[in-house]
This record gives sequence, structure tokens and C-alpha cells, in this order.
Amino acid sequence: MTASDAGHLSRREWLLSDRPASRVQARLGRAYVAWRRFSANRLALVGLLIILALVVVAALADVLAPYSPTVGDLKNARLLAPSAAHWFGTDDLGRDIYSRIVYGSRWTLYVVILVAVIAAPIGLLVGTVAGYAGGWTDTILMRITDIFLAFPKLVLALAFVAALGPGIENAVLAIAITSWPPYARIARAETLTVRNSDYIKAVQLMGASPFRIVLRHIMPLCISSLIIRVTLDMAGIILTAAGLGFLGLGAQPPLPEWGAMIASGRRFILDQWWVAAAPGAAILIVSLGFNLLGDGLRDALDPRSGDQ
Amino acid sequence: MSVAENQAAAGRGSARAVAILSSLGRFLVIAVTTYLGLLAVTFFIGRVIPIDPVLAVLGDRAPTAVVERTRREMGLDLPWIEQFYLYVKAALRGDFGTSVLTTNPVMSDIRRVFPATIELATLGTLIGAVLGVPLGVLAAVKRGSLIDQIARIIGLIGYSVPIFWLGLLGLVLFYAKLQWVAFPARLDVVYEYTFTPITGFYLLDSAMQGQWDVFYDAYRHIILPAALLGYFALAYISRMTRSFMLNELAQEYIVAARAKGLSETRIIWGHALRNAAVPMVTVIALSYASLLEGSVLTETVFSWPGIGLYITNSLTNADMNAVLGGTIVIGSVFIAINLLSDLLYRLLDPRTKTG
Repeated sequence: MTASDAGHLSRREWLLSDRPASRVQARLGRAYVAWRRFSANRLALVGLLIILALVVVAALADVLAPYSPTVGDLKNARLLAPSAAHWFGTDDLGRDIYSRIVYGSRWTLYVVILVAVIAAPIGLLVGTVAGYAGGWTDTILMRITDIFLAFPKLVLALAFVAALGPGIENAVLAIAITSWPPYARIARAETLTVRNSDYIKAVQLMGASPFRIVLRHIMPLCISSLIIRVTLDMAGIILTAAGLGFLGLGAQPPLPEWGAMIASGRRFILDQWWVAAAPGAAILIVSLGFNLLGDGLRDALDPRSGDQ
Repeated sequence: MSVAENQAAAGRGSARAVAILSSLGRFLVIAVTTYLGLLAVTFFIGRVIPIDPVLAVLGDRAPTAVVERTRREMGLDLPWIEQFYLYVKAALRGDFGTSVLTTNPVMSDIRRVFPATIELATLGTLIGAVLGVPLGVLAAVKRGSLIDQIARIIGLIGYSVPIFWLGLLGLVLFYAKLQWVAFPARLDVVYEYTFTPITGFYLLDSAMQGQWDVFYDAYRHIILPAALLGYFALAYISRMTRSFMLNELAQEYIVAARAKGLSETRIIWGHALRNAAVPMVTVIALSYASLLEGSVLTETVFSWPGIGLYITNSLTNADMNAVLGGTIVIGSVFIAINLLSDLLYRLLDPRTKTG
């Protein structure tokens, strides 16, 4: 056995130790176990790769895109079929579709992150407060949650955007308003399982305020189930945003948003199919990535499916 | 029977009645608050978000006198709570105002277009259930086999693909290239004047009148959008069927049935599926509800004159009454299906009968 092997083994033993000596060791150990379980799932790794690729493409859009996403060559490059110069062809305004898709990844990330940043904290707050407070607060908050849960999401988002006016920010807002309820239910369920545990009693005895208990001792425990659910919802968020864009209610031209690109390609679908085909394939791949990643995360992190 | 026994029996009976009444009461509370919530949200969208709802209705070129009159007619000078009360009262009567675009009452417009959506969603759910249930059962029985993998891929793509894009590709392939289906519409123009619908469900109407050429034409128009919606239902139904079946197949009564020497066919389709049927009723009902909603995008792609196309057309013309009326109607049906499937689950599941 070589020295590096021995080092590797001992590091592994350190990570998997039954009696972690420090908080850091315990956390790293848990992360290591989760990663082992996650990376054993090949499809989950594919999902992770797709999402990483999305982030890289969005970050390096200026380098990766050979043409401008908004200004085209109307005179010479209108509705060209895919070729070496234009990998995915050009659209009706002579813009390179590949470049538009590369820049469009930024808007997809923008929508997904913004919806997650708005909806997840709302759900977390509503769920933990309802679960910890109990009684009437719980009843009323959960009734509101269930009411929102019973609504048709897309149609409600449509109505919201109709009132707020079309635009990508309003689309994000409309999607966020309709997507927080499941997070509230998850956060409440997690809160109920820990509410009466001894460590909560201990911090109560030490005189912690309910605000502090919810914020510091309950919310962190809800995070991992929330992350799984948010990842699984990402595909739905992308599809809803693309649907709003397709109906002309999301991103406005000339923004290279994938749903809106499909809408503009719709007019030429029978003769120049590539204008609509490429952005749709991009949506499909990214949604698939989030679904695979979410499934993998659930299998790796969800305590109920594991042996913890 | 002694007096004490009698009293005990009566006590059990009344306890049961109380339990039924209280669960009925809870159901009513849930139904009423959910509908009030829907109306509150649409009220908020229609009356609170726009800076001036009168402007939204009349446009910015209306003379001041008209603006003032409309403001009074719409009850905008009243306090919020009173406005909401009037709004709920009107909605309960099915009065959602007049559509600016068609100049008809919104409700009569919706009554005209809704059968088209129902026909499409019903056919879609049928396709999804007829194919999805056997696929899910086979995937569960032959776990890890090729058919399980295929079911998994169908499900994954179903959850990831934009429905409107798949519809467009379907049109390119099946309409333009293969010519298997007709162009996006509900009927050929030829039949628009010779065919008088009775119920509004064209397949049913043409069959009832014996106009088989119309039936075939209607079929050629509906099959692609219905198959598309059916695919999404299939993705959901097969995935849920698989997990219900896996759950049932792990139960001890399956072992007992095998020990008795029953055939596998009988065990799977007769015993396991029968027990999985109760939650599957809920799943199929929910997928029906989501197809009603999903029809908004599908109808736009296929120019299908249903409520989804009505809403999107009204949206592009800033016709808020029509948009909100359509939202309330779809929302109401959606909520009703949700509530009914929940109720049905309770009624059908033998475990919830005692208690």
C-alpha cells in the first residue's frame, strides 16, 4: 500500500468516524456520505453537469457567443438554415440563434434564482411560524396556504401578469406568488417534528425568544428538504416562465428569452423549423437537468429514504 | 336487550353521526374558504393592482363625464369591503361583466367555448389513463427491466418538455410532413355551416347525428392536441401507478395469494391493482384538472377555440373582465375537482369507513 493510499484511507476514516471530534468533522462527514450516495447515481451526475454547464454558459456568454444576441444581419442572414457559420441557423431578423440561446441562459438562470429567492423564504417563514406557534395562527396560515395550493398556477400567473403588465420581472413575481405554498407545507411538517424535541426545550429554558428559536434552531433544519423541493420545482418554474414568454407575457423582445424565441419561431414553424426547435430543446435539456439533479438530491439527502 | 346496551348503541350511532357531520362541516369550511380565496385573489388582481380600473376598462381617451359615470357604475366609490361583497354576489350569479372584445357578457362567451376545452381535456385524460395505468403496472411488476426504464424516460421527458414546443413539433411532423392530422382548428371550414352542434362536444354531436364525415374530420383535428395532453397525463399517471403498485406488491396479502397458488395475472390485475385503484382515482382526477389548466398553452398552439384560447386572446386585447372571468371559471372547476377527488377518496377507501 502506498503512502497516498494510506492517507486517503485515513481521511476517509476520519470523515466516516462514529465519534466526530468537532462540529466541522461531523458536518464534513455527513456531506461526504451524502456526496457518495449522490455520485453513485449516474443520472443525478448528468443533471448536475447540465446545471453546471448552464451556469458556465451564462457566465461566459460574451466569450461563447460569436454574434450579438439582439442585433442581426437583416440583409444577408435572414432565416438561414443551420450551417457552420450559424450552428442553429438564424431567425427572421437575421440574428444567430446559437448566440441568442447562449445569452438566453442568463435569463433562465435569472428567473429561476429570483423565483427561488422570493418564494422559498416566504414558504419557510409561513411554515415555521405556523408550525411553532400552533393553535389559531397555525390554522389560519395553513388555510391560506391550502387555498393557494388549490389554485391553478399557470392560469393565476397569467391573470397576475395581465394586471401587472408583461415583462420578465412581473412574470417572476407572478410565478413566485403561486409557488410558495408547497414550501410552507414542508417547513411546517419539519417544524412539527422538532418542535417538542429536547434541544428546543433546552433553548427555551435558556430564555431564547420564539423569534430566535424559529430563526436559529428550526429554520436551519428545514433547509435541506426545502432545497430538494426547490430543485425539483425548478423545471416547473422554467416551463411556466417559458409558457408566459411564449404567450408574450414574459420577457419582451428583443430579449433572447427561450420561450419568447419559440413564439417568434412559431410563424415559420412549417418551413424554417429550426427557429423554434433549438430554444425548445434548450428548455427541455435544462428542465431535465433540474429534474435529474432534484431526484438525485432527494435520494441522497432525504433522511427518510436513507439509513440515518 | 338491556337499557344500558340500548343507550350504548344509541351513543355509538350518535357518535358516528357527529363524526360524519363534523367531517362534512370541515369539508364545507374548506370549500367555502377556498372559493372565497379565489374570488379575493381575482378581486385583488382586477381592482387593487390596476392604478385606475376605470382607465383599464375605458382607455385613456374617455371623456370625464363617462369616466365618472363608469366609476359609480363599477361601485368604485364604495369602501373595499362593500365592493368585495358586491363582487362575490355578482360572481355567484355568474356575472363577470361584459367582454370588451366580443361585447357579449363574459359568462355567455365562456359557456360557448368551454365545451371545446372539456372535450379536449377529457379525451386527453382518457388517452393518458388507458395507456398510463398499464404502463405503470408493468413498470412496477418488472422493476428495473427495459419497460421500467422506458416508463421512467417517458415520465422524465413529460416533466421537462415545454408543451407548446412539443405541439409545434407535432404539427411539423404529423400535419406538414406526414399529413396524418388536420390543420390547427376544430373543424374544416366546409363543415362550419353544415354542422349544428347540440352539446358542443363535436365528436359526440356528429356521432349522434350520424354525420360520420364530420366525426372523422373532428377526430383528425382533435387527435394531435388530445394526444399531446394525453402524453402529459400519461407521464404523471404511469409514475404514480408504479409507486402505488410497488407499495401494494410489497404487502403480505400478495405473498398469501402466491402461496395459495393464484396466477400472477390474477394477483397483479385482480388483487394488487384493485387495492391501488382508490388512490389512482384521485391521481386521474388531479391530472384531469391539470389538463384543463394546461389547455391554455395547447389551445393557443392548435388554435383550439376553448377557454384557454379565449383567455389568451383577451389578454392580448387587455380585456380584463374576460381574463378574470375565465380565470374564475377554470379555477372553480379546478378547485371542485380537487375537493371532489378528496371526498371520493374518503368515500371509496374502506379504511376510512370505520372511525
